[in-house]
Amino acid sequence: MEILVCVKRVPATTTRVTVGPDGKSLDPTGVEYVLNPYDEFAVEEALRLKEAAGEGSVTAFSFGGAEAQKELRTVLAMGADAAVLLQSEAAAAADGATTARVLAEALRGRSFDLILFGKQAVDLDQHGVGPMVATLLGIPCISEVVALEVADGKVTAEREVEGGREVVEAPLPCAVTAQKGLNEPRYASLKGIMAAKKKPLEVVEVDPGEAAVEVVSMSPPPPRPPGRIVGEGPDAVPELLRLLQEEAKVL
Amino acid sequence: MADILVVLEVRDGKVRPASLQALGAARGLADARGGRVLALATEAVEPDLEALGGAGADEVLVAGAEAHSPDGAAATAVRVAGEEGADLVLLAATIRGRDLCGRIAAGLEAGFAPDCTALEADGEGLLFERPVYAGKARMQVRIRTPKAVASLRPNFFQPAGRSHSATRRDVPAEEGKARVVEMKGRQEGRPDVAEARIIVSGGRGLGGPENWPLLEALADALPGAALGASRAVVDAGWRPHSEQVGQTGKTVSPELYIAVGISGAIQHLAGMSTSKVIVAINKDAEAPIFQHATYGVVGDALEILPKLTEALKAAQAG
Ligand SMILES: Cc1cc2nc3c(=O)[nH]c(=O)nc-3n(C[C@H](O)[C@H](O)[C@H](O)COP(=O)(O)OP(=O)(O)OC[C@H]3O[C@@H](n4cnc5c(N)ncnc54)[C@H](O)[C@@H]3O)c2cc1C
Ligand SMILES: Nc1ncnc2c1ncn2[C@@H]1O[C@H](COP(=O)(O)O)[C@@H](O)[C@H]1O
Repeated sequence: MEILVCVKRVPATTTRVTVGPDGKSLDPTGVEYVLNPYDEFAVEEALRLKEAAGEGSVTAFSFGGAEAQKELRTVLAMGADAAVLLQSEAAAAADGATTARVLAEALRGRSFDLILFGKQAVDLDQHGVGPMVATLLGIPCISEVVALEVADGKVTAEREVEGGREVVEAPLPCAVTAQKGLNEPRYASLKGIMAAKKKPLEVVEVDPGEAAVEVVSMSPPPPRPPGRIVGEGPDAVPELLRLLQEEAKVL
Repeated sequence: MADILVVLEVRDGKVRPASLQALGAARGLADARGGRVLALATEAVEPDLEALGGAGADEVLVAGAEAHSPDGAAATAVRVAGEEGADLVLLAATIRGRDLCGRIAAGLEAGFAPDCTALEADGEGLLFERPVYAGKARMQVRIRTPKAVASLRPNFFQPAGRSHSATRRDVPAEEGKARVVEMKGRQEGRPDVAEARIIVSGGRGLGGPENWPLLEALADALPGAALGASRAVVDAGWRPHSEQVGQTGKTVSPELYIAVGISGAIQHLAGMSTSKVIVAINKDAEAPIFQHATYGVVGDALEILPKLTEALKAAQAG
């Protein structure tokens, strides 16, 4: 079983977001970067599928700056066999369509059974790179998967949609994007970390070309009107109800 | 001016409410810049031409695939957009819609703007606004490719609310390789948390699953309310993951979000901070949720919930 997995270096979810001096991007000062949490589920699933098959390989790809080698080493330490950094300083700010084009270009021509993605990178929250790469490669994709089974050249996956759980089938080769609940990602062991140092990490310079989407501005979220404490305990209920009906007019 | 194609989400033979909102957004743009609004159902539906026309559609195209196929639906949308000369494709940013957004962009060689909360036409073209970094910032973007695809976050746009009957045309459906073969665990009765107008959401402060009937009674007293939950509660197995609100759950923007016994962790806020009105009930006056709440009540949820339910019922009866 040949499995490819796409991973991204992103700010940790606890990051305080400040707009940078260009007014269009995150100020990276003091920001801690990590492997995208949803990509951990993707890597874990790739490793499990390879282990269950008893043969094959897991290769990780990232489109990122030179720093993204760190996250690729993390993936190798978890157990992946090889990693490829598609290196460009423009990667961090790239839009989803541009990223998908770069990844599809790099993956085209490789032989694989499955490509795994996270459902979303927790920076620009685009939820789109996985399905877009799959479409560019002409393979099906099942998104936001919480349960996955691969057997007889076929993928059966479950995904939670509004109001129920969909069961989706697709033939291999296929792409899957991972949602929380798919598995519990492993931690890299000390042995894994040592072994990762010797595993191949190829760096390929790429040119993403012109962006498909241009950022005009980035700003803090719209301010919420200041809230207030209505009161304490059950005695506050009548006043709360009055405010909801008469002031907020939501009831 | 080129037309706008809105890809409808159909489930159980019905168009989802969020798709009607996308039609309303498309109508607003078409009125400003010209062109028609085409609605496309990629799977079998008997379209309500009054409702779809009223929401904003001029014409409804029906491609009657028997079941939802993610790649089939995208291929149908790409073909129809090409045939009709639409330069903008809009969808609701539901789980299916998010998935289709990138696929359709791939087929149209377009850029995409997912999960938009505002959409505006100016002299230079279209400006899309979308939350980033889990809602801790927003970006305004322009799509630079000749065609554009965007998904719209539910509850940020309104159906046009006009009196108009759309016309209907049948078009062929494309075959896909992936197919939905079954729908499991269908929620009956209550709407889904991602689409509801009102959400009653419970956290660890409720003490245990045995206290959930108190929350359900409150939801029952609020017509159209859905149940939500924090991750702590889902991880503890008290509630299903389908109810989880937050970064690893669903993103919601209801008119009213009632957070009961929820501390207001950043990952929870990421999923609900764009709600119009937030009510927090928490016994700890220092809980971070109060900094985001429109109205807060400090106290024991187990005492407050029954009183609130009772008062609501009395108000409705009176
Ligand atoms: C990567 C990552 C992703 C995450 N994703 C999510 C997510 O999607 N959604 C999410 O919710 N969380 C998420 N979390 C978890 C989040 O950090 C919090 O741990 C979680 O939201 C806490 O849930 P809670 O508010 O129910 O529990 P707690 O934080 O334990 O809060 C319980 C609250 O109840 C109050 N309380 C106690 N007793 C009563 C009473 N009798 N009456 C009234 N109030 C009472 C307490 O004062 C307290 O404020 C994520 C965390 C990580 C690291
Ligand atoms: N720069 C990148 N390099 C490699 N994979 C990426 C990159 N950006 C996004 N992805 C993959 O696509 C998924 C969805 O990202 P997004 O569409 O940006 O939310 C991520 O979880 C990754 O698996």
